[in-house]
Amino acid sequence: MSEKINVMITTENMEQMQMAAMIASVGAVSGNDVSVFLSMNALKFFLKDNNHKAPVAGDMGKTMLEKKVPPFLELFQQAVELGDAKIYPCSMAMDMLEIKSDDLFDYVGDPMGLTKFISDVKQGQVWSF
Amino acid sequence: MSDRILVDAKNTFCPGPLMELISNMKMADVGDELELLSTDEGSAADVPEWINKVGHEIIESFKEDEVLHIIVKKIK
Repeated sequence: MSEKINVMITTENMEQMQMAAMIASVGAVSGNDVSVFLSMNALKFFLKDNNHKAPVAGDMGKTMLEKKVPPFLELFQQAVELGDAKIYPCSMAMDMLEIKSDDLFDYVGDPMGLTKFISDVKQGQVWSF
Repeated sequence: MSDRILVDAKNTFCPGPLMELISNMKMADVGDELELLSTDEGSAADVPEWINKVGHEIIESFKEDEVLHIIVKKIK
C-alpha cells in the first residue's frame, strides 16, 4: 500500500546522508509518495558546483567509502527520476546561503517554507536525519 | 520473442542492485525478462520483496559461484 513518506535532512554527515538517500530512493521506487526537505548543512551538497565532501562520523562511513556503495547524490536523483520523489530545498536555508533555484541540480524542486512542510507532514511517516 | 536483459550489479551494495534493476526495468518492454546478478546478501531478500510489492513476476532465482541470479518478468 502506498504511503506518504517525509524525510527531513539537516545533517552533513556522510552516514546520515546515505541512510536518508536510501530511505528516499527505496521508498520512492516502491510506490510511496516521498517528499524530502533539505535544510541547514544538507543543502550545500545539492549545488551544481558542489565540491563539498560529506565528513564521515564513524567507522561505518569509512568502510562505506572504501567499498562500492552508491553515492547518496546518485540515490536522491534516482528517487526523483525512477520513483517520482520530490526534493524541496528549505527557503530559509536558500536565503541564508544566498542560493538561487538555478544553482541547484535540476532534479531539486522549488523552495518550500517550513509552514508548508509542517502542514504536508501531518499525514504519513516522518524521518529526520 | 522477448529479450532477456542482463543487469550486472555484482560488487555493489544495497540499494545498488535494486536501483539498477529498476532503472533497467523502466526502459524494458512489458513481457521482457531481466536477469539481475548480485553479490550483495541483503539484496537476496530485498529485491524479491520489491518485485512482489510492485507486481512483477519472479521466473527463477538461484545462486551460482557466490553470485545471486534473479530472473524477473516485467508484467506492467
